[in-house]
Amino acid sequence: MKTKLFFAVSVVLLAVSMARAQQMPLFRWENFTTANGLPDNHVYCVLVDGNRIWTGTDNGLGLFENGKWKVFRPADGLAHQAVLSLALDKATGDLWAGTMGGLSRISAGRIDTFTQLNSGLSNDIVYGVGVQGDYVWTATAAGASRYNTRTNQWALFNERNTPMFEIWVYAVSPAADKVYYAVWGGGVLEYDQNTERWKDYNDPDGETEMVVMKDQGLIHEITTSVSYVDKILWVATYFGASRYDGRYWHNFLQKDSGLPSNFLSQIKGVDANRAWFSTDKGLAYYDGTNWAVYRPALDTHKPEMYVRNASGDVKNIPVQTAPSHNYILAVDFQGDDIWVATAHGLSHGIRQKESVSIAKVFSTEQTRPKK
Amino acid sequence: MNAAPKHATFRTMFSIAGVFAVVVLALAAQPAPKQSASSVKERYLSPIEMAFSHDGRLLFVVCQDSDEVRVLDVQSGKIIRNVAVGHLPRAIAVAPDGKRLYITNAWSDSVSVIDTTSFEVIQTLPTGSEPTGVVADRDGAFLYVANRLSSDVSVIDLKTGQESKRLAAGQGASYLALSPDGRSIYCTHVYPNRGPVRTTPESEITVIDTASQRVVERKALHNVAGTFHVALSQDGKLGVVAQLRPKNLIPLAHVEHGWVFGDSLTLFGSDVGGTVQIPIDELDRYYALPWGIAIAPDKSKIFVTTAGSQSVTVLDVARLLKTVHARQKAFTNDLSASAEYVVSRISVGQNPRGILLSLDGNRLYVANRLDDTISVIDPKTDQLVSTIDLGGPKNIDPLRRGERLFYTAGFAFQGQFGCSNCHIDSTIDGLEWDLEPDGFGKDIVDNRLLENLAGTEPFKWNGGNPDMPTECGPRTEKFFFRSRSFNQQQLTDLVTYVYSLPYRPNRYRLANEELSPAQERGKAIFERTKTKAGAPIANENQCGYCHSGPKYTNQQQVNVGTGKPTDRSPVVDVPQLSNVAYSAPYLHDGSARSMEEIWTVFNPTDTHGVTNDLTKDELNDLIEYLKTL
Repeated sequence: MKTKLFFAVSVVLLAVSMARAQQMPLFRWENFTTANGLPDNHVYCVLVDGNRIWTGTDNGLGLFENGKWKVFRPADGLAHQAVLSLALDKATGDLWAGTMGGLSRISAGRIDTFTQLNSGLSNDIVYGVGVQGDYVWTATAAGASRYNTRTNQWALFNERNTPMFEIWVYAVSPAADKVYYAVWGGGVLEYDQNTERWKDYNDPDGETEMVVMKDQGLIHEITTSVSYVDKILWVATYFGASRYDGRYWHNFLQKDSGLPSNFLSQIKGVDANRAWFSTDKGLAYYDGTNWAVYRPALDTHKPEMYVRNASGDVKNIPVQTAPSHNYILAVDFQGDDIWVATAHGLSHGIRQKESVSIAKVFSTEQTRPKK
Repeated sequence: MNAAPKHATFRTMFSIAGVFAVVVLALAAQPAPKQSASSVKERYLSPIEMAFSHDGRLLFVVCQDSDEVRVLDVQSGKIIRNVAVGHLPRAIAVAPDGKRLYITNAWSDSVSVIDTTSFEVIQTLPTGSEPTGVVADRDGAFLYVANRLSSDVSVIDLKTGQESKRLAAGQGASYLALSPDGRSIYCTHVYPNRGPVRTTPESEITVIDTASQRVVERKALHNVAGTFHVALSQDGKLGVVAQLRPKNLIPLAHVEHGWVFGDSLTLFGSDVGGTVQIPIDELDRYYALPWGIAIAPDKSKIFVTTAGSQSVTVLDVARLLKTVHARQKAFTNDLSASAEYVVSRISVGQNPRGILLSLDGNRLYVANRLDDTISVIDPKTDQLVSTIDLGGPKNIDPLRRGERLFYTAGFAFQGQFGCSNCHIDSTIDGLEWDLEPDGFGKDIVDNRLLENLAGTEPFKWNGGNPDMPTECGPRTEKFFFRSRSFNQQQLTDLVTYVYSLPYRPNRYRLANEELSPAQERGKAIFERTKTKAGAPIANENQCGYCHSGPKYTNQQQVNVGTGKPTDRSPVVDVPQLSNVAYSAPYLHDGSARSMEEIWTVFNPTDTHGVTNDLTKDELNDLIEYLKTL
């Protein structure tokens, strides 16, 4: 009896899960540029804190709240006008901004800045920042740093005390058990919070752009982003993306997945199966089976969305709006909505009630050639 | 032409006489440090804060120096219990249900939880560094503690007894107040926020939202360095902060113009809109170190303890608000304004601190820290009604006399300030001053710690004062107070007190007294005799050469290349390094805003130790070691 019940429940859960997985999100895109208050059109990063949208641009940190933009620049105490990365301390509400000239903490309007000259920060070019508990982890052009906000003590991690054979560190994703770093040209570094030991993950092919052993390790050494969610590591590189479950690697390339490009700036996992990919040729969503891509068309620049099923069939979905540019640098989520940083503007993807049903789309009509 | 030699002779004679006088005075005051160590030290109570029981029958008095809470029966005026708590208790909060007392222990980094039925300490909660102000939220679920040394606010979950989060406050976070509606907590700070060197000091009122437990606002306090208590009216429409407005960017030669400290309040809330700073001084009389605040339940009056003037200043709120609304421009420096709203100055005991109204508002209680007494005042008539003796030692020893001298502003011209204006609670003020009458803008100096000074002579940034009597004696009279001087006995007492100040607990040392790996590596750098390339480092350029001995100073004067164009000489006295972690900013003039800047900015040619061959992580290691000293 118990076995039957378990089977029934499992079938129901699987059905629900599959049904959800078959629904690709549909958005109406609202775009922001300097014309409507964005500090600069080149947007490196975006972060959602409730109804507050923070965005790091080439010329200032923008805060969008109650329909208005507020801009922070060095004159306001910000470390540098080019804001490359953002992280929120969810416990305190403090925002940490990695810039081209140091690390800034924005706390209820006050900005405290940490640089390599006035603090223990390893380097002023802060590509990535993440908060976990009392620690602020940074990825810099000269190694990684960890700042203890309670004791004001710094720990630096570099080639002298980790397997980091390149010190150009691009991104960090800290969690309670592990901290992952994307090391540009050096693969991925993992820090175990319990053992305090480091481990590196590298491309088994070496630095070659040829993929000889797909799914046998990290796709490439030139990593740009890591996202550790539900004990799954998602990795973005300039030559494809990877998913690692602690035992097996699965790699994604343009030629055999729904990725619109192998050149990725960011990857952001939603959970163990779903992730968003920021590429130079559009924004891609992967639900564990199917793909959706959102962008202005590469040729006509008209709004475009297409979906790809597990068989590799591709279908265009008619849309009226798209993100403001193909070149996507980062995303963050606001409930079901998504905010997208691009090379020309910030985009707000407003989730529509209706979704795109993969089963329905591919049931009868002709599909586009496989991508 | 012929007159010149006569003047020169007169000047020479005058100088000799001056030196002779200094030597005689110094000799007279010499035995101070040893004398204090050998005599029996009285254990004074030093009441600093108070709170009422829910029924108003008991007054709980936090006694800073006896490490206890004394429980006073209000009606009889008798002490009925003494409850031992942690080291250097600083503040008290009563749980909303009245069943618990929370006492911050500044030197134990903890809160003692006292059961108000058994009067036993039933729990000890960990906090940040040097916990001071404390409030419980309205539900009694969370405790907020302002940590002075770590400059943050601990949020403690009272169910688990664990600190759930730490909120970044301003520099020297110290006092807290809960808004009457329970939605906000206001935090004030004894030190200014760390801004660029030689700029106007800036402080803040940190506003915490109790629902989200986040800092949601920082009310800027311009030209304010030390802020003390904050209080809110019962209707929540008027907030009041006691504060100092230092005028440290101009030479201290302006004492006679009343241009050193402005004793003032910041008002905030819907009664005033925004923040408004108001003076409480008079044109020719100062009321130094405004510290504690009480607001009458009907909002008719504000009572402020002025800790350096042994008095309580009383402001009429209606008249005050009328002035605030009538004046269109800032008037903090218009000392004539106080006549419009200050209605009374009530003399109380020595170094009055905590101030509290009885629950019915009919009595005002003032904790006289250096008298071990409580003054009881009728708030309607502003008259002193009685003085309650808390039962401290009756003998006033040299240490206590010296401490009173340290904390009084009575020696300065027009009562403007005392030692403790700059050495807040016997520490530092985080400011740089232009002290000497050596030309405006010359010899800017940072404020040094006063902990365990014996064996660190000479004093003054350039080592110009050979001993403490010289440092505190004629120099203080002439250049600081510009009024009456300490007599020999007073000078001896003052020096005895200053020399008695111990080290604060160092939080960077591990509990087992061993060094962490980073600190070990830093120690090796501190003690190294060769560069990383193997070249020998000259003796005088090794860290441990100048920073030697138990206090990490060889008591010599050297030029390490940190002189500024405004300094008359680049030669500086080698400072002690003990507890150097707690004395930012650094260098003689405070130009290094962090320890890192001593070397990353101000040591370009390795004249202040060889550091330019160090990697960033090695420099961090060196700093981690220095913090343990």
